[in-house]
Amino acid sequence: MKKQRSDSNPAPVMPALPEPLKDLKIKYTKVIVDHVSVFLFPPQADVDKAVEAARKAFELGSTWRTMDASERGRLLNKLADLVERDRLILATMETIDGGKLFSTAYLMDLGAGIKTLRYCAGWADKIHGRTVPMDGNFFTFTRHEPIGVCGQIIPWNFPLVMFIWKIAPALCCGNTVVVKPAEQTPLSALYMGSLIKEAGFPPGVVNIVPGFGPTAGAAISHHMDIDKVAFTGSTEVGKLIKEAAGKSNLKRVTLELGGKSPNIIFADADLDAAVEFAHIGLFYHQGQCCIAGSRIFVEEPIYDEFVRRSIERVKKYTLGDPLKPGVQQGPQIDKEQYKKILELIESGKKEGAKLECGGGPWGDKGYFIQPTVFSNVTDDMRIAKEEIFGPVQQIMKFKTIDEVIKRANNTTYGLAAAVFTKDIDKALTFAAALQAGTVWVNCYSALSAQCPFGGFKMSGNGREM
Amino acid sequence: MAALNGAVENGQPDKKVPPLPRPLRSLEVKYTKIFINNEWHESTSGKKFPTYNPSTLEKICDIEEGDKPDVDNAVEAARAAFQRGSPWRQMDAPSRGRLLHKLADLLERDRVILATLETMDTGKPFLQAYFIDLEGCIKTLRYYAGWADKIQGRTIPVDENFVCFTRHEPMGVCGAITPWNFPLLMLVWKMAPALCCGNTLVIKPAEQTPLTSLYVGSLIKEVGFPPGVVNIVPGYGPTAGAAISTHDSIDKIAFTGSTKVGKLIKEAASKSNLKRVTLELGGKNPCIVCADADLDLAVECAHQGVFFNQGQCCTAASRVFVEEQIYPEFVKRSVEFAKKRLVGDPFDARTEQGPQIDQKQFDKILELIESGKKEGAKLECGGLAIEDRGLFIKPTVFSEVTDNMRIAREEIFGPVQPIMKFKSIEEVIRRANSTEYGLTAAVFTKNLDIALTLASALQSGTVWINCYNALYAQAPFGGFKMSGNGREL
Repeated sequence: MKKQRSDSNPAPVMPALPEPLKDLKIKYTKVIVDHVSVFLFPPQADVDKAVEAARKAFELGSTWRTMDASERGRLLNKLADLVERDRLILATMETIDGGKLFSTAYLMDLGAGIKTLRYCAGWADKIHGRTVPMDGNFFTFTRHEPIGVCGQIIPWNFPLVMFIWKIAPALCCGNTVVVKPAEQTPLSALYMGSLIKEAGFPPGVVNIVPGFGPTAGAAISHHMDIDKVAFTGSTEVGKLIKEAAGKSNLKRVTLELGGKSPNIIFADADLDAAVEFAHIGLFYHQGQCCIAGSRIFVEEPIYDEFVRRSIERVKKYTLGDPLKPGVQQGPQIDKEQYKKILELIESGKKEGAKLECGGGPWGDKGYFIQPTVFSNVTDDMRIAKEEIFGPVQQIMKFKTIDEVIKRANNTTYGLAAAVFTKDIDKALTFAAALQAGTVWVNCYSALSAQCPFGGFKMSGNGREM
Repeated sequence: MAALNGAVENGQPDKKVPPLPRPLRSLEVKYTKIFINNEWHESTSGKKFPTYNPSTLEKICDIEEGDKPDVDNAVEAARAAFQRGSPWRQMDAPSRGRLLHKLADLLERDRVILATLETMDTGKPFLQAYFIDLEGCIKTLRYYAGWADKIQGRTIPVDENFVCFTRHEPMGVCGAITPWNFPLLMLVWKMAPALCCGNTLVIKPAEQTPLTSLYVGSLIKEVGFPPGVVNIVPGYGPTAGAAISTHDSIDKIAFTGSTKVGKLIKEAASKSNLKRVTLELGGKNPCIVCADADLDLAVECAHQGVFFNQGQCCTAASRVFVEEQIYPEFVKRSVEFAKKRLVGDPFDARTEQGPQIDQKQFDKILELIESGKKEGAKLECGGLAIEDRGLFIKPTVFSEVTDNMRIAREEIFGPVQPIMKFKSIEEVIRRANSTEYGLTAAVFTKNLDIALTLASALQSGTVWINCYNALYAQAPFGGFKMSGNGREL
């Protein structure tokens, strides 16, 4: 729940927004293994080399294994310092590589990345086991030991943040990693490779292999010498990863997958706040968020007003070059996504949803799509069932609590959900009844390094953070 | 490694040994006043008190002497800083952690200054202050910086239709009374956990050693802790200290010092407002050396364990029990070590032992040494003061000590090592435990069963196996029985 803060609260100060770097030179384009850049071999061979380096760095008696836990924390804090130093470079890079708004990249992505590194740095020497009074004359204790070599596959929607969400907890606990950034967005991961070397992590602790899913990614999920794979991406690929893990060496699997997250707005909600959160909850980063609130259930009495205000909110949008200030929406990531979104928009029109605004491509260059709002959506439509991952907002109507709980839960996904109401009983009922890893009350997208994050059902296995 | 008392750095490949740091020879003492609301104040009474350098017996400077009215002002400031809606209460937890990290950065920056001040004020060797005291301070601050946003409560499935959760909330205004043996380190042990959880503080450093605590006041302000979060009132125990322990608006008191004063504090807490009490008191810590031990290791650890910091440690290994078979050899090697121990100017890089803290302690130690001689212990070496050298005492070893002697029962807090003999494990457990103290203990043996048996049988807050004084920010520390209530770290 969102707490009210008093006026005297010195809220964490956001840094002033600088201008993005012009003519950013990309320095790091190679595979990073053992602090050494190598030329690209066939992907399997690169992954094998990386795993070999990671395994060696994990050997009993290695520098990394014998390092004090508090020193691991120091290294993570040092890395956070370096990311802070190079904040502008990384933010510019994220924008160019991923089409992300520069202001968002600089303030939100970089902010979250730095905070996560520092949070995990603090945990490094606090991973406690226990002594256990078992039956019999035994001295028994548990140790929490690093898993070993962790394969980590990163998505393209938040390349840097997802990279950090994977490596920070892993390194904090003493693991070594082989990271495959998304093929659409490898740049920030490779730059982080240079910072990891500068911070002083021993060679082989972090290895980065850019490449494609079916080759480099599959090499990781099938590898017989990787102890765990962590994947963020689509549910479709998540299933392949878990299958590969089963077929190979039973490596541990954690998955952060898709969502079709319900956002439930009651008549007693603060309507302005609800509209605003629902808007940002869907349109943030061109709709390319696993937590996108892509099924908005609005209680009948306020439905028309909600739809009207949502359209107004969207109509003011300026689309364009995400590096430029004053732009609210950038392009979709690539042609494949672009086409899929447009296809789903067409299905919405065909299946009878009411197109309130947008509904097609924008501009004559790049993968831009007009911010789109559909009302009178019913649960059987494709736009109500499938993850769109684009700037398309679905607004449906509901009458009763029991009905909306049933409809909200009627999906194979279960990543996040939200409820807007001032009634404490409703809020607590939904917090328990919704089958979602995170339930937000009177807010949306509230994520922080301190809170665990992950999905129910087919939105994922396990938790990050 | 026990011999260095935990000061070894590791983790960095190809590390070159840096040159030894040098103390600042003409250091001017800048901070001598009472620190309240991030400002420096003179005492309400106008009184000042002197602080001395125990090596030279010269006065270093005069310090503002705080008493009840000053403590009242400090508590008022701390209470205001703790009000709901205040900047400190509203600050998010990771930001509290960032402030503690920054304070650690500043201690690192001013490490030489602080080590020099500490040596001037306590007489402890400069290199020990630099490598052990300051290292402990910096690491402890960083450890707690990491905890700030991880103090989690729980949700609990109670019967019936309720949502139930616990919140771990800061206690409020905490009084902290710190000792003179590790002034800066004990200050950090009190401050870091309290601030990490969002409390505010009123601190009274020991009257013998106020300098480093007051310097830290200036760093607190520089880092940007809101005014009133940390307040420091130098003064004496019966006045400023008692004002804290009896105060009706202090929620908790944490005290490190003698058992005698600890009892007074707990009594005062009950008589006033039932404030919560944690105490870190004295010890008469058994160090048990079995015949199968690595003898060199045991001798060295036992030596450092009792002589470190001029013997002025609550963890001092002041009852060494040695298994009969190896007793003569152990005594012989311990005497060798004691005779080699370099006593002198703490600013000299070669010095291992400086002066005792003041005349009162000096007299008490010599008195106990005399009792040892009188009651029939065998004086192996030392046993007297170093002539014409003020508060310096020769490293002293007694053998053939029996449990009824005063040197075997009372906390000496000086460079005196009593070594006794034992035959069986059951006997030594009984003898080790027959004390009202229970702070630490150590066991030297290669036998796993003996080690684990003693680890559970000894009534001590900490039991060290094949090491001594292994103290780290990550592990809790505190005593059984009359060595204390509660745990620090």
